[in-house]
Amino acid sequence: MTPLDSTQLAPVMVVNDHDHGADHDSPTQIGFWIYLMSDCIIFGALFATYAVLGGRYAGGPGPLDLFEPEFVAVETALLLFSSVTFGLAMLQAVKGNLNRTLVWLAVTGVLGAGFIGMELYEFRHLIHIGAGPDRSAFLSAFFALVGTHGLHVTGGIIWLVTLMVQIKMHGLIDANMRRLATLSMFWHFLDLIWIGVFSFVYLVRLV
Amino acid sequence: MLAKTHNAHGAAKDHGTMAQLMIGFALAALLTIIPFLLIIAEVEIARTTLIGIIMGLGAVQIVVHLVYFLHVNRSAEEGWTLFASIFAVLILVIVLAGSLWVMRNMNENMMPMHDMDHMTSLQSQQG
Repeated sequence: MTPLDSTQLAPVMVVNDHDHGADHDSPTQIGFWIYLMSDCIIFGALFATYAVLGGRYAGGPGPLDLFEPEFVAVETALLLFSSVTFGLAMLQAVKGNLNRTLVWLAVTGVLGAGFIGMELYEFRHLIHIGAGPDRSAFLSAFFALVGTHGLHVTGGIIWLVTLMVQIKMHGLIDANMRRLATLSMFWHFLDLIWIGVFSFVYLVRLV
Repeated sequence: MLAKTHNAHGAAKDHGTMAQLMIGFALAALLTIIPFLLIIAEVEIARTTLIGIIMGLGAVQIVVHLVYFLHVNRSAEEGWTLFASIFAVLILVIVLAGSLWVMRNMNENMMPMHDMDHMTSLQSQQG
């Protein structure tokens, strides 16, 4: 019985060893992480700008006139839920469950689109009432920071849709799994940046 | 063994587990709801304390996301992920603290605008 067991286990071990080697050969993960960290520094600069200019209203409206905590709470919920549904898609993909992966990715995309829709509504509303980025240094900094985050999420949604098509066409092949893992990092990273936005840009200014 | 065979699927090693995802979600939800409730319910806390609480909870939630969603740990990519993250945080601290410090100093030391007008008119009279 023991020899049989070892022969059954042997191929699995070989596969693992092979894959372990492949992990070291693929620089995508660490490379993308370094990109994310440099992106993080871009956001850091925008946060610093907001910190410096956030109080310069130039006689215009301030945070208490413009920000609605309930509205931001819904945006935050959409983004947090989308992070979780992406996690669920990832877990289904690891299990090799193609259809469920696509369903969770679609849910993620819809939640992300909902977030972007709300943000565009907020921007449009602000510009409409004369609180556009040209009104004061505070609003310039606000639009630059929140807008940059919104552009990232929009890019993430385009990437998501593209990847869904590729997964549909080629299945959960190694290349698609790598892309999925990379997009997963990107998506969770954007949710992480949003924590800074809702805390520092919105809530703290409503105290 | 089970975890190892799962990993054989893709290039990434750590996709996390359902338990990790749900723990992360529960913690993140809690750390989001508390600061929003404090603001929406207009809880009576000293201004600076409330700001401290909101920023503190935000910082904790960032760590929760890093650990439970992004799976940053000492073993990921032989520690390079963690190393790159620490480096980024260092740069962030320099950029943020440095900007605030420099701009605050400048605001304190710069002459108010009307004084400056006065100075220039004096200079032009002397000249």
